Amino acid sequence: MAEIQQSDHNDGGKNKQKKQHLRVDFTPMVDMNMLLITFFMFCTTLLKPQTMNINMPMKDENLTEEEKTKIKESGAVTLLLGANDELYYYLGIPKDQSTYDDSTYLVTSSYGVDGIRKVLLEKNTGTYEKIQELKAQLKEGTIVDSVFRTKSKEIQDAAKEYAPTVMIKPTELSTYKNMVDALDEMLITNIGAYAIIDLTEGDRFFLYQRTGNKEYLSEAGRAELEQK
Amino acid sequence: MAKVKVKKQSTFIDMTAMSDVTVLLLTFFMTTSTFLAKEPIQVTTPASVSEIKIPETNLLTILVDKEGKVFLSMDNAEQKVATLKAVSEPYGITYTTKQIEAFRKLQSFGVPIRYMQTFLDLPIEKQDEELQNLKNKRVGVPADDDKIEDGRGVISSDNEFKRWVAAALDINEDLKIAIKSDQTTSYPVVKKIIDILRGDDLRRNRYLLITTLREGSSN
Repeated sequence: MAEIQQSDHNDGGKNKQKKQHLRVDFTPMVDMNMLLITFFMFCTTLLKPQTMNINMPMKDENLTEEEKTKIKESGAVTLLLGANDELYYYLGIPKDQSTYDDSTYLVTSSYGVDGIRKVLLEKNTGTYEKIQELKAQLKEGTIVDSVFRTKSKEIQDAAKEYAPTVMIKPTELSTYKNMVDALDEMLITNIGAYAIIDLTEGDRFFLYQRTGNKEYLSEAGRAELEQK
Repeated sequence: MAKVKVKKQSTFIDMTAMSDVTVLLLTFFMTTSTFLAKEPIQVTTPASVSEIKIPETNLLTILVDKEGKVFLSMDNAEQKVATLKAVSEPYGITYTTKQIEAFRKLQSFGVPIRYMQTFLDLPIEKQDEELQNLKNKRVGVPADDDKIEDGRGVISSDNEFKRWVAAALDINEDLKIAIKSDQTTSYPVVKKIIDILRGDDLRRNRYLLITTLREGSSN
């Protein structure tokens, strides 16, 4: 579709070489390029996927017992991840039957800004602000990543005495997304000490009491319930 | 009556500049992109604010589908082949050069070891077809301790997933374990895999969970 346009100035000059404008139509070329771009956009990943580091506690039975005793009661926060994206939490460690009878002990919460995040931020004030400052510095580029990591670790270690220890306990009815969301909240609220732990019989009972859903109970728990 | 002379204007638009732009864009896309790895199952990973990028080397990715079918992928082809040989050895399975070559080409693999030879002999289209059928018990690395059987015989009699991971870690100590799963996967499915990794045989308790960046995150 190249067009050759002749100039209209033909004033009768003899044997004068005609001035030619060579114009190539690039439209098909553009069309083809666009198609190629679309193809590449569909078939490629620009973003590398993100990852989240997670350390599970050692499976050694004795070790977990030891770790359990280490957790300070004042700082303990237990998150129970229920069915249908429900989230419950309680503070401290349940002691005896009276805690299980107390219906206000287990608090119904939710994922996100107004739910569990508020609670955790309140518990983690001080540490949160300090790390947030560090994060700002990291964004500005005044510190490098490795410095950020060591410094935030230092802050978290220094606050060990009063900082919360979060135990995330996903139930069988929760999803993988719930687990990641819960871990995400730990990252957002800059909590240093958290772990994913199995539910205890007491936790299961709490959830059953609150929701009336027998599926939260373990098999032994269900059998016991039927006996009653 | 004076006629209004409408000047005939050429509608020819110069596309050269446009062409330049598209070529530039094309070059950008071609250079910056890596092709999507072909995966037997499509998963939507959960969102997270974590901005840690996934490492490019020394990675063992465990892809878990909603029903708990497991697929593995490794970035290093040599180690992948070595792992295959190590896993097959106790079963007395050996492979032809052609089969090894076919295995090397696989992005991610997930068939019981007893079925591997037959699978590798299939042409690529047939392999994909086979993996599409998730009801098939011969799809996915068996991660159960129990015996699995179907009409055609024994599929697996022990936890092959554990063997794969153990062999891979044996070959490359620095291997990082990444878990990739759909966000709707129920927790026990993921827990089962994590428990195997945490168990006495593997003793691994550091993982990377593959996530996508949460939109409008920061806080």
